[in-house]
Amino acid sequence: MDAFNLVPWIILFPVIGLVLNAAIGRRIGERGSALIAIAASAGSLVISVMQYLALSAHPEGAVVYLADWIGIGALNVPWAFRVDTLSVTMMLVVSGVGTLIHIYAAGYMHFDVRYKEDPGSYARFFVYLNLFIAAMMILVSGDSYLTLFVGWEGVGLCSYLLIGFWYQRNPDGNKGIMNSLAAKKAMLVNRIGDFGFLLAVFMIFWAFGSLNFDEVLPHAETVAPWVIMFITLAMLLGVTGKSAQLPLYVWLPDAMAGPTPVSALIHAATMVTAGVYLVARSAPLFAAVPAAQTTVAFVGALTAFFAATIAVGQYDIKKVLAYSTISQLGFMVAAVGMGAFVAGMFHLVTHAFFKALLFLGSGSVILALERAHHVQETLSNPKHKKKGHTHFDPQDMRVMGGLRKPIRLTFWVYTIGALGLAGIPPLAGFFSKDEILADAWIENPLVFLLLIAAAFLTAFYVGRQLLLVFFGSPRSQPADKAVESPAIITIPLIALAALVVIGGLINLPGWHPFTNWLAHTLGEELAEPTEFNFFVALLATVFALIAFYLAWIFYGRTPLAEKQVDPLKQRLGRVFTGMENKWWVDEFYAWLIVRPYKRFAGFLADTIDWKFLHDWVHDSAVVNTFRWFARFLANPVDLGVIDGIANGLAKSATGLARGLSFFQTGFVRNYALVTFLGVVIMLGYLVFSS
Amino acid sequence: MVPVSYYFALSAILFALGALGVLIRRNAIIIFMSVELMLNAANLLFVAFARMYEALQGQIYVFFVIAVAAAEVAVGLAIIVAIFRTKKSIDIDEMSSLKG
Repeated sequence: MDAFNLVPWIILFPVIGLVLNAAIGRRIGERGSALIAIAASAGSLVISVMQYLALSAHPEGAVVYLADWIGIGALNVPWAFRVDTLSVTMMLVVSGVGTLIHIYAAGYMHFDVRYKEDPGSYARFFVYLNLFIAAMMILVSGDSYLTLFVGWEGVGLCSYLLIGFWYQRNPDGNKGIMNSLAAKKAMLVNRIGDFGFLLAVFMIFWAFGSLNFDEVLPHAETVAPWVIMFITLAMLLGVTGKSAQLPLYVWLPDAMAGPTPVSALIHAATMVTAGVYLVARSAPLFAAVPAAQTTVAFVGALTAFFAATIAVGQYDIKKVLAYSTISQLGFMVAAVGMGAFVAGMFHLVTHAFFKALLFLGSGSVILALERAHHVQETLSNPKHKKKGHTHFDPQDMRVMGGLRKPIRLTFWVYTIGALGLAGIPPLAGFFSKDEILADAWIENPLVFLLLIAAAFLTAFYVGRQLLLVFFGSPRSQPADKAVESPAIITIPLIALAALVVIGGLINLPGWHPFTNWLAHTLGEELAEPTEFNFFVALLATVFALIAFYLAWIFYGRTPLAEKQVDPLKQRLGRVFTGMENKWWVDEFYAWLIVRPYKRFAGFLADTIDWKFLHDWVHDSAVVNTFRWFARFLANPVDLGVIDGIANGLAKSATGLARGLSFFQTGFVRNYALVTFLGVVIMLGYLVFSS
Repeated sequence: MVPVSYYFALSAILFALGALGVLIRRNAIIIFMSVELMLNAANLLFVAFARMYEALQGQIYVFFVIAVAAAEVAVGLAIIVAIFRTKKSIDIDEMSSLKG
């Protein structure tokens, strides 16, 4: 049981790492600061593995109390860690994938900071990355909704910081503020979701009188259904924000402005799955209200399908993966919405593997092109007369092609990740996606239809991406001269590829170790093993293969040539334009919310604030009233009353003095006479009065 | 033996003369002398009473009064000399510059 008491170190290690890097990171050089960060993340991983081992012996888990945090009246929130099978699953994913990505980033950022001409930012990157690990660990290990919320906001902050990491640039590398705008967008959209989550937290406290999981979750039955309904739907709003679901998903594609390791760690593998974790953690609440569950399932399924259609029409290698992430998160949310909490968590884990692999692979591809481009620029412009590079977007798949040969290792691991994503057996994605589909097949046919369509589109855009990037012939000079990334980048890729290959084992049909593992936390009835549905598995696989074949027809048989229009566009026409332009959702939001809001803000600023408050209230009403009052105080009050009193006092004093000075004749004999008379009078009084 | 009332009368006459002198005369020296006259009127009364009651205290008071009067005269004359040096006069009506 001692191992459980070590659990605070999963947060302390990254915190120590980030403090060290923040303090001395710039002085100890890239190697030192990367080592500190990796060690911090690896420390977390070691502790997480120890928790796992301890849990294997004591599967009931433990609550490790650290300190009192908030105690106000009935509200008592200690800072406690919850070690159970669900939280340790998340800890392992976060620290495991996180450590691999730290190692990858140590190599990737070495180039990135140079291409962005800001080598001093290297340590800053790892400070943020460790901060993220710490915040994510707080999120998954917290024992109450409030500690979870602290982590929730913490990862949101890290997401914001890392999306805007190159805040002085545009996503294409030129100077500009688009990255900052993307970061701001992520922050603002998440605010809407966080508002929902906060409402849910308030409502939970109102209904249950506590925020600790142990005092909330077992009592879901005792609270009125409409309250639970409200809580779960408000929570769903939080989930749509953090986990990028309809209608709040719009920030995630823009979040690709962050460096690629960030996209892999935060915007694919871990942070965006926080919503799924939240629903799984609150499983008893959701299980109590089927209507909310259905809503969640449909939100997830619609997102899965909708985002998949957009992914088909993207040209940016990372944008495809971003929409794919949204789509896959839709799968998870749909799964937890249908009550298939285990399937959702299973997909979360495998998705963390293959999507991290794909993002890191895309980073390797981008880096290969950037390095080739850099070499080419240096050769053609040896004296660096021109500052910076000529315009070249290394993320555009239209300038890639034929990368299979120059970056062979990246190609192979990328293919494994892509096949995993497409759900080709026996890779990890097949098992987890199939479990979700099998559940949908039983639970909700409409959701099943949406999901299988999304799965079909997934296989199609994955095939399209593979063919556009790696096959055919190079469509630009850098693509022709691409160079494979160094070992520090490829080794994490290989490790992740291995995880994608064997990841399905953790919940193999018929054996279900992951289901049994999570059943310790979720309870037997919420973690029922899903029967392997051979028909569904076959259907999904066949669909995936058909999609691959279709992708090959469009992009493989006759590879895309330089500057050629996407062949799918000729076939689909307007529909493809819609996909290409993300169905104009951003424009729709701009029309529906942003522009009216700006107009409203402008109205408030110009009319209410400036014209009314400033010009009228301040400059006219307040100022004139004040002037009148000041004049009143100055003239009648000050001059009349105050000065009158002062002058009157002085005048009366001089008058009195003048009167008295009459007696001061200066003649001694006068005074003597007065004294004499005085004595006579006094004596007379004394003599005659007695 | 002269009755005590005679002394009273003489003392009252002397005191009245002294007071009148202080009030009427303008010469500082004369005023001083008048003050002395008043003091001695009081002294006469003291000794008269001392004999009447056959008590010694009255006589002792007289000694004190004489001593104090001597000291007063010393100080007073010094002041008058100082004034005379600046004003070339001892007319006290000319010494009225402190009037209001």
